Amino acid sequence: MSDTYKILVVDDEPDLEPLVLQRMRRRIRSGDFTFVFAHNGVEALEMLQAEEDIDMVVSDINMPQMDGLTLLEQIPKVDPNIRSVIISAYGDMKNIRTAMNRGAFDFVTKPLDFEDLQLTIDRTLTHLTEWRAALSSRDKLVALQNELDVARKMQQSILPTQFPQGDDYQSFGGMVPALDVGGDFFDVMRLENDCIGLAIADVSGKGVPAALFMMSSRTLLKGAAIGAREPGDVLREVNDLLSEDNDAMMFVTLLYAVFNPATGQLTYANGGHNTPLILHADGASTELPLTGGVALGVMDDMEFAQGSVTLAPGDALILYTDGVTEAMNPEHEELGMERFQQILAALPSHTPESINKAIFDGIRAFAGGAPQSDDITCLTLFRGPSA
Amino acid sequence: MKVDTRWQDENLVVLTEGRVDGTNATEFQDALTGAIKDSSSGVVLDFANLSYISSAGLRVILMVAKDLRRQGTKFAACSLIAPVRDVFVISGFDKIIPIHDSPEAAIGSFKK
Repeated sequence: MSDTYKILVVDDEPDLEPLVLQRMRRRIRSGDFTFVFAHNGVEALEMLQAEEDIDMVVSDINMPQMDGLTLLEQIPKVDPNIRSVIISAYGDMKNIRTAMNRGAFDFVTKPLDFEDLQLTIDRTLTHLTEWRAALSSRDKLVALQNELDVARKMQQSILPTQFPQGDDYQSFGGMVPALDVGGDFFDVMRLENDCIGLAIADVSGKGVPAALFMMSSRTLLKGAAIGAREPGDVLREVNDLLSEDNDAMMFVTLLYAVFNPATGQLTYANGGHNTPLILHADGASTELPLTGGVALGVMDDMEFAQGSVTLAPGDALILYTDGVTEAMNPEHEELGMERFQQILAALPSHTPESINKAIFDGIRAFAGGAPQSDDITCLTLFRGPSA
Repeated sequence: MKVDTRWQDENLVVLTEGRVDGTNATEFQDALTGAIKDSSSGVVLDFANLSYISSAGLRVILMVAKDLRRQGTKFAACSLIAPVRDVFVISGFDKIIPIHDSPEAAIGSFKK
């Protein structure tokens, strides 16, 4: 990053200002960030109007005069390209959900973990840079290749880089984007009650439009998912929000599951996505029972049935996109479910990272240099202690 | 990719032939919306000769289905080959666009 980003921090707590300046001093000194501060929503709006170069807002929710949720609604009227991150009390899921629905890019919880705040700021600014590049490439109608490059970077900026693990589970995910960026994404998040939320998705179409739709899908999903709610309710909420004003009929196939490491129970709902596999300790793999469910964004007011299974110790859940099973070899044959399961059966180790690597290696060997036409994405959850 | 139409029992049957993917989705959209603009009682999308459809193509079909629903025109798809049918079933779009085995069955469903 060559430019210095200007971040507006809004909090009625006067101690926050010196704390932020102290904890972020290295990044300030190296010219990455500069901070300005406001103490309520009204003050923040005045600053946004007066200082036109603010890139990002980090705001508390509960403040006098104008609270953070109202501020969120007002920010796009000043500049729709400012990104916001909300600071909320831990466990205040209702407000976090409202914030995400009002367009917050992400959230952090109190008490503030400055390392987490820094990561979140970096992710948000990376996304913002790509977003601006996407807008300018659309404005200028630059070469297709450049536009795809923008889409690829936007996609990368929303994928998780850290994977939750505990005494009795591990997770790992990865994606190999196609040349023209297919619109896959995945997410894995810690929820309340020590549960883990896992999502895998594939957005219709390719390139920048797919990347933009992917962004809203991921933000809405994250907002709906937090608080360990029922997967069926999560999908219904995301679907209703995506279906508003969607005349272009973009859609996303999305499977969302909640895993309870203490019991091994996995509850899931599916919006038109490929059926995940459970890989057992003996190398055999079985499909997760189907629950029906339509891809999201197409029609509002839909119900999403839930399924539930218990992962035995040693079982691994493999979420993937059709880029895996539809990978083609030079003879135009698809990899298919049978060959996919053969790859899994031959695995010497079942750690999530080694499963992912083996799948990607297996596909590469099968494709034998044939061009990759779709994103290939895998997210794996293993029930058991780390090796 | 080619789109043709014919009339059957006062219903418009739209035949799509070949592959529909991101490279020709816009062309497919123009052809399909052009074909159904003088639809009357019902529209049958006959996919017997549709060999492949990507998500970009599905999006076009959903847009057309939305327009038809808005107009109150009955519609259905028929004669899908197995891989294309799988795409509709996995995405759940068979719940939005009814699927039948033949144009006759699709037209029969309009009368119910």
